Amino acid sequence: MDQIPLSYYLILSAALFSIGVAGVLTRRNAIIVFMCIELMLNSVNLTLIAFSSFFGNPAGQVLVFFVMAVAAAEAAVGLAIIIAIFRNKQTVDIQDINILKW
Amino acid sequence: MNLEPIVFIVTGLVALVSAILMVTRRNPVKSVLFLIVNFFCLAVIYLLLRAQFIAIIEILVYAGAIMVLFLFVIMLLNMGTEETRREGKQRRGLFAAFLGTAVFVEILVGLRLPTGEAESGISTSAGQMGTVESIGKTLYTGYIFPFEVTSLLLLAAMVGVIVLARRKIL
Repeated sequence: MDQIPLSYYLILSAALFSIGVAGVLTRRNAIIVFMCIELMLNSVNLTLIAFSSFFGNPAGQVLVFFVMAVAAAEAAVGLAIIIAIFRNKQTVDIQDINILKW
Repeated sequence: MNLEPIVFIVTGLVALVSAILMVTRRNPVKSVLFLIVNFFCLAVIYLLLRAQFIAIIEILVYAGAIMVLFLFVIMLLNMGTEETRREGKQRRGLFAAFLGTAVFVEILVGLRLPTGEAESGISTSAGQMGTVESIGKTLYTGYIFPFEVTSLLLLAAMVGVIVLARRKIL
């Protein structure tokens, strides 16, 4: 094996994404759920960069740049919401935060 | 001797193991640290893909800024380890493993792994493509409008965070 084929990068990215999905669905700590979302965003970034390098198109890397900006904004807003919830309910357990559930 | 496959396999395995550890640890601080390990591995893989600028940004923005924010909030809220609830503990883990595998298989089926020219290897122009110069040229010519919209998004996020985290919400 001289060169790593594109499919290896895609499989690694799919595996990371699946771990993130499993984490989001099963963890109860809101902050860890957020971290799993970051993991999933990163695995998508890996896919974008792999395609960008293999097809010789820099647009993929520019898109990753935007994804990172959105992820930073999302993390900041999400953590502010978590702080506001913690101030009111003294917990970040998502099973205790269900006032929006009818 | 080409070292790239070895580097890829080692960093890929470390990335996967650290992701699994991140999801399974009870202590959120440990989770953050494993996620940082994962981000460093991804940065190495970006370097293998000749995306130098993105690799540096990954470490600076993700492992640096965003993860410090997470650590800050975890320590600010003084969270202990998640207390275990007896009921459904075992089932939850099984459910997670099953769902994770299902999503993974589904993605693999959806991929219909590419063949042909893409399999021949990284494009020869990739080395020049990942530089700051090349990314900047693309960003400031073809993608100037999305770039300006991003600045607006960051401003909105900044104002929103300050409003949300105030002691008395409006």
